[in-house]
Amino acid sequence: MTDTANLDTLESDVLEQIGATTDEAGLDAVRVAAIGKKGSVSLLMRGLGKMTPKERQVMGPALNGLKTRLGDAITARKEALESAALDAALVSERVDVSLPVRPTPTGSLHPITQVMEELAVIFADMGFAVAEGTDVEDDFHNFTALNFPEGHPARDTQDTFFMKPDADGNRKVLRTHTSPVQIRTMMSEEPPIRIIAPGRVYRCDWDQTHTPMFHQVEGLVIDKETHMGHLKGTLLDFLAAFFETDKVEARFRPHHFPFTEPSAEMDVRYERVGQAVKVGSGTEWMEILGCGMVHPNVIRNCGLDPDVYQGFAFGMGVDRLAMLKYGAPDLRDFFNSDKRWLAHYGFSPLLQANMATGLS
Amino acid sequence: MKFPLSWLKYHLETDATLEEICDAMTMAGLEIEDVDNPADKFGKFTVAYVTEAVQHPDADKLRVCTVETVDGTKQIVCGAPNARTGMRAVFAPLGAYIPGLDFSLDKKPRKIRGIESHGMMCSAKELELGEDHDGIIDLDGDWPVGTPAVEALGQDDPVIDFEVTPNRPDWLGVRGIARDLAATGIGKIKLHDIESIPGTFPCPVDIKLDWDEACPVFAGRVIRGVKNVASPAWLQNALTSIGLRPINALADITNLISYDRCRPLHVYDVAKLSGPIRARRGAGEGDKFEALDGKEYTPAESMCVIADDARCLGFGGVMGGEYSGCGNDTTDVFLESAWFAPLITRATAKATGIESDAKYRFERGVDPASVVDGIEQASRLILDICGGEASEISVAGTVPTAPADIEFPLAEVKRLTGLDLPRAEIIRILSTLGFTPSGDGDVLTVGVPTWRMDCSQKADLVEEVARIHGFDKLDATSLSRPPVRRKAVATTMQIRARFARRALAGRGYGEAVTWSFCRKPEADLFGGHGDGLALENPISSELDVMRPTPLIHLLKAVQANADRGQGDSWLFEVGPAYVSDDTQGQRLVVSAVRRITSDRHWTGSREPDVFDIKADAMAALEAVGAPVGSLQIAAEAREWWHPGRSGVMRLGPKNSMAEFGEIHPRVLKSLDVDGRVLAFEIVLDAIPKPRKATGLKARSPLERADLTPVKRDFAFVIDKSVPADVLLRAAKGADKAMVSAVSIFDVYDGKGVPEGQSSLAVEVTLQPREKTLTDEEIDGICAKVVAKVNAATGGALRT
Repeated sequence: MTDTANLDTLESDVLEQIGATTDEAGLDAVRVAAIGKKGSVSLLMRGLGKMTPKERQVMGPALNGLKTRLGDAITARKEALESAALDAALVSERVDVSLPVRPTPTGSLHPITQVMEELAVIFADMGFAVAEGTDVEDDFHNFTALNFPEGHPARDTQDTFFMKPDADGNRKVLRTHTSPVQIRTMMSEEPPIRIIAPGRVYRCDWDQTHTPMFHQVEGLVIDKETHMGHLKGTLLDFLAAFFETDKVEARFRPHHFPFTEPSAEMDVRYERVGQAVKVGSGTEWMEILGCGMVHPNVIRNCGLDPDVYQGFAFGMGVDRLAMLKYGAPDLRDFFNSDKRWLAHYGFSPLLQANMATGLS
Repeated sequence: MKFPLSWLKYHLETDATLEEICDAMTMAGLEIEDVDNPADKFGKFTVAYVTEAVQHPDADKLRVCTVETVDGTKQIVCGAPNARTGMRAVFAPLGAYIPGLDFSLDKKPRKIRGIESHGMMCSAKELELGEDHDGIIDLDGDWPVGTPAVEALGQDDPVIDFEVTPNRPDWLGVRGIARDLAATGIGKIKLHDIESIPGTFPCPVDIKLDWDEACPVFAGRVIRGVKNVASPAWLQNALTSIGLRPINALADITNLISYDRCRPLHVYDVAKLSGPIRARRGAGEGDKFEALDGKEYTPAESMCVIADDARCLGFGGVMGGEYSGCGNDTTDVFLESAWFAPLITRATAKATGIESDAKYRFERGVDPASVVDGIEQASRLILDICGGEASEISVAGTVPTAPADIEFPLAEVKRLTGLDLPRAEIIRILSTLGFTPSGDGDVLTVGVPTWRMDCSQKADLVEEVARIHGFDKLDATSLSRPPVRRKAVATTMQIRARFARRALAGRGYGEAVTWSFCRKPEADLFGGHGDGLALENPISSELDVMRPTPLIHLLKAVQANADRGQGDSWLFEVGPAYVSDDTQGQRLVVSAVRRITSDRHWTGSREPDVFDIKADAMAALEAVGAPVGSLQIAAEAREWWHPGRSGVMRLGPKNSMAEFGEIHPRVLKSLDVDGRVLAFEIVLDAIPKPRKATGLKARSPLERADLTPVKRDFAFVIDKSVPADVLLRAAKGADKAMVSAVSIFDVYDGKGVPEGQSSLAVEVTLQPREKTLTDEEIDGICAKVVAKVNAATGGALRT
């Protein structure tokens, strides 16, 4: 066996055996038989020592080359076999990906929350902070300090809920408006003051547009120069921002509130488009808020001098704003937790009203 | 307050249209509530003339009429028995809506028994002008064909209804409305001086005022020899138009003046009086009387009554008595015109529940100077309508002091409104409204009319000036942006509420907003309502106390949704819970609920348990910035929670910030909620305030240990009464520098573990900081863990 032609025969035999293997064990048997310690190629290599230098010069490289080529062929075959085995395994792991996923509920935020956040953002941009008060109030903060004289008919217009009187005959009320927050703010802070105060308010009334509990937002500005033109300007700026239109047309009309003088109500021009309301066009006027210059008696009641300090206050229904902007027709639905209503009129928690990505 | 346009025009000279008048009212603060304009209803109906009416050839009861109409000559088939040649009738064209029949005529002529009819002639009933349906309207007068029917029918008088704000009692008289409208420039007030009628004999009825505070002035006059006839048509029509029922001349005249001048009056039958008339305090039982509403009242001492020597005759300023009222046979009347104090009037009306036009006016403040004018005005009408002879007027007491003058710097108008008005315009407005401005300088002295008791200071005058000048002329000015850097305006609690909402909505919960009040027995299930939190006048017995927790309504909502076929609902609310009625008695809480229901799914069904709701609670706590890592969890939730499947999360024994678990089945049963429900409630106020930010927002440098952590497993057998939380904390505290995490990966309590104990498999992670730990060091830490756990729980390694 010193003939390279014989080596060619050996090589083609072994390569054929490698190609015929179907699994790793078979391949390993071929490897051992060819280039294992006692394999045919290894035995030939052992014979090199007995050869003449001239023969060795020919056969040495030939055998080494043969061993390398066979080794490479075995490695390649091994990888091919592994890959085929994985493909076969993956086929067996197939699932029907069209089957439905495990359902998870989709959460939502209430439209009142959404509108309150929109209000906060719009007014924060104008420099208003957000203040809060409690729902159970005393007579002083809800009425007397706001210039509702004891026993005055103006108190009747409020449909007040009273709490049962205590042992001394004092009875608290559920605040009928967010205006007590005005008083608490003016009594505890130094002007200049700019606040809005959103929150729950209560009146003894129940139909399609009235519920015994609803939400208001109060606004208050106190400084040394703010006048009624500012009030009008601020509210127009607000309405344009809130209703997201440049076309707000509002009517400022005299009214009476005990805690403002002069007092006004504001109507916006609107038309109905289906259930929704389009602000800025049409022929109808809709009352949307009450406002005025803070009454000198109120300023005085809070320990400030009305000849030095002046400013305005306004109050509007948050639920009503939500109904107008988002087209929910019945106020009572806001409070009965029907999951279909919450999902339909609610908002994604990912939405955060702001001036960069918009209000809603 | 309602009034017909013709009444207004009696006081106001104007060419303005109805629409212009309504706009002027709105812009002066008289808010229109409704305008009933018959022209809107009758617009299509006009006067027609029947040139010929002949018998229908095929119907006994029908006539074929040839009619001159606004649209030319028409043939109309008519079934009315009174249809005749030469009559004037009300013509309805084809297509017109007939209000009394509530349908519209066909747009094309219809054949009636073979003869085409081109429209219709209407009966009174068809126009909703009465019940008469025996025949068509047969108009009196020579009305030209085509005259609007409203005019021919005398229906062309629109009625305006508007809101009278409580500060303006003078608007409760039509003349007061006219005065404000005159100031707006839409017309001129007519003078109508009140005629003084001299008395021919002294007033025979004495007036005594025993309670000045309630009734400081009282004027009276007797008119004898009257005939209390039915009122003339103009007076009856005036009252009918504002919704009042005509009674008899004397009553109608007092009602008219009440609405014309806001001056309530009262008439007594002199034959039924004995002795002087007194205004005095009520005397209880002895004063019991039957009022004009037919009900019996017992006047208390706090109420003002009018009485003579024999009996109580009525409540002053509220309602008269039946006994002394005037009937058809009354011949001599005593006319009362007094001023009753608003607060006392109001208190009396509130206590008795009486509503009356007089009370409505006196409680708001009637012009005290109108006492004598009211008598004179009524006297004129009584003498004209009922005849008779008037006595002198007797006035007891004195008219309350007129409102004080106001020092009015002209600059106030600009300061408060931004309106830069000329001095002359300010003076013109105030003068037309009845104020008397005087002075030459920058500060006017302004006299206030007696009917404007609402005006007492500068701002009140600013309102008058701005209101009449027009709020539409206010120059809308944006607020200047504050010069300082804008800071976040939300408070800590507001931020917490926002984050909690988003965390829970992100986990699948729907946000609800529910009533702040609930039913008392429901509150009792959750520890009861707080002190002072029961409503005196609840809107319904379902909502009679302030809720101790939002859970009540959320749990009921879960059931309500299920009843609507909506299956499982996940709900939360961030809202108030009420503890007491003081300023610190309101908490802001986050409450969430979901029912335990097994979902059916092809991968296998799954039922949520207490650890799902605990995870939700912790996610919400994490979101609001609570120190979740330091919270202790104890099975000590209150009695409305499942005793074995609930817990509290707290920082110390007294600092509980949340409860979670299953709601107690008995509580659910009382609320009519089916099945089992998981819930949690976080008190946002109980979470410690975040440390105040100090300057920079830069974070501390990040420490990252590069050495590989070492994990060791333990199995502890501990008593079931010991919370696993105690074990975890003990293991974690064994070596704070090295132990970076402890977790429980198995809980076993079967064979091989003594009764009443559990085996907890725990993985402890050690994080070497500076160098790799040696086996001895690791063993040392493990020994500390075992010792610490043993000390804390009494448990030992499982052998």
